[in-house]
Amino acid sequence: MIASDPLLSHGIDLEVVLIVIAKTIVVFALLLVLVMFYIWFMRKVIADMQNRIGPNNAGPWGILQTLADGIKFFFKEQSIPDTADRWVFRLAPYLSVLPAFLAFSIIPIGGKVSIAGHQTYLQLADPPIGVLFLLMMSGVGLYGVMLAGWASGSKYPLLGAVRASAQLLSYEAAFGLSVVAVLLHSGTLSTRGIANAQAWTSWHSFVTDWYWSVAIVSFVIFVIAAVAETNHPPFDLVEAEQELVGGFHTEYTGIRFAIFFLAEFMNVITMSAIAVTLFLGGPSGPALGFLPQGGFVNLWIMPVFWFFLKLMVLLFGTVWLRASVPRLRYDQLMDLGWKWLIELSFLAVMVTAVVVVARDQGWDRWIAVPAAFGGALAILGLLRLCMPHRDETVSEVV
Amino acid sequence: MIVQNIFFWVLALAMVLGAIGVVRSQNVVHAALYLVVVMAGAAAQYILLAAEFVAWVQVIIYIGAVIILFLFGIMLTRAPMGGDTKLDNDQRWPAAVVSVFLAGVLGALLIDAFGKKEIVISGAKGEQLLQVGKAGHLADSIFTAYVVPFEVVSILLLAALVGAVVIARRD
Repeated sequence: MIASDPLLSHGIDLEVVLIVIAKTIVVFALLLVLVMFYIWFMRKVIADMQNRIGPNNAGPWGILQTLADGIKFFFKEQSIPDTADRWVFRLAPYLSVLPAFLAFSIIPIGGKVSIAGHQTYLQLADPPIGVLFLLMMSGVGLYGVMLAGWASGSKYPLLGAVRASAQLLSYEAAFGLSVVAVLLHSGTLSTRGIANAQAWTSWHSFVTDWYWSVAIVSFVIFVIAAVAETNHPPFDLVEAEQELVGGFHTEYTGIRFAIFFLAEFMNVITMSAIAVTLFLGGPSGPALGFLPQGGFVNLWIMPVFWFFLKLMVLLFGTVWLRASVPRLRYDQLMDLGWKWLIELSFLAVMVTAVVVVARDQGWDRWIAVPAAFGGALAILGLLRLCMPHRDETVSEVV
Repeated sequence: MIVQNIFFWVLALAMVLGAIGVVRSQNVVHAALYLVVVMAGAAAQYILLAAEFVAWVQVIIYIGAVIILFLFGIMLTRAPMGGDTKLDNDQRWPAAVVSVFLAGVLGALLIDAFGKKEIVISGAKGEQLLQVGKAGHLADSIFTAYVVPFEVVSILLLAALVGAVVIARRD
């Protein structure tokens, strides 16, 4: 009962086990290659945006640069500070990379295919409560950063760790609440179920469903919270170079340092993939009409193509963000998280609930939905009025 | 059944060792990490009982939030590097006696109450158990049969939250 994959529903024999192992290896390798490609892509695009050339020596267009860097890191000296807690110091990089890997395992990458006579999804696992698994992984991912900062035994890493825990705890609330709106719509916690619930029917039902109106708000909240959860610029206060040298990874060298960066970029990719699954329909998209519906291209290639296309668009967005938005101040970070995102996502959940109830009860949605939005805006205005104003001076910089 | 029993004992052993680590450790952060082992073991026990939802919630709440807050508090106030001998005091033997006594009483109660009850996880009864562990079933019972206790608990938590803010803010 761990998965609702048709592969596991007819008993488990050797072939099934082999298929699962093969899927695990493919997903693992895919994520590593994606990270390699993403780092190169990011450096190239930022270089273009800043009128530079970027990496161009290793391989064609510098595409092997990441590989070269990785190999170099393996041969570098790994030092451990005298004041470090040696055991925790060694453990921390792995604690931060593991959740990123695990979270990717429940992302639906493609459609339902058949391998060696077994029907299966192109997805490593489809647990019935997959979204909770995602939230769990984003919570557990904090341990790596916190313990790395503490175990280093010096001041800047510790400050970075404290910042990280405050930031991630603050944004986890908005993150989870923005997902709740999606769950209300789809009525399931399984990632594949959520992707399927967004399947296209027609323009008419899309517009009159009214889910898009709230989903846009939830999507914006989700993206901001996800960017903050991954410590991605403009929310990279955790490792602000000008203030904290490098933050939590200041004392790390060699391959352990590289593992932290692997985890960071992997988290960006995983979060983008989650956004694709929860808000952009995952692997669904138009099939090629001139080819047979059940053929190889439409069953295997097209869903995977749509998934990666959507993923690439989001990943480009993250690079764009990195190149163009300056880092937030600490008090702005906390204001945005607590005073805006959390209350906005609560209101989005309320409006979504109204839309769902209107669907179930058969209310006229042209009245119910605008009324719900009006109510939400009124509550927002009231909250703004009640909230004590603080002038815009830096008073609480940690 | 044998497999489940083996896993139960392995997990139980890890949990007991982790729990001993929590109280034996000379370092607050290490103690918190041992507590993570105990909580993760409890989550794994829930999975053995086919209560998948409860298991993940256990991890989200306890490992992902409560212990993170412990660590956060420790790091904000004092983050001792290396051993902190002040964590130990001369009341360890009375404490050991009390905890062994408590473990004995609770264990005896549990064995007396559930000792002969077998949890069936295969066949029709097992299917029923799996249904009980599902998220939808839990949500149904929380928001229908147990809705009043649920709301009372949430108001209690809100009051505690407001109280904490009032105590913390002196201005």
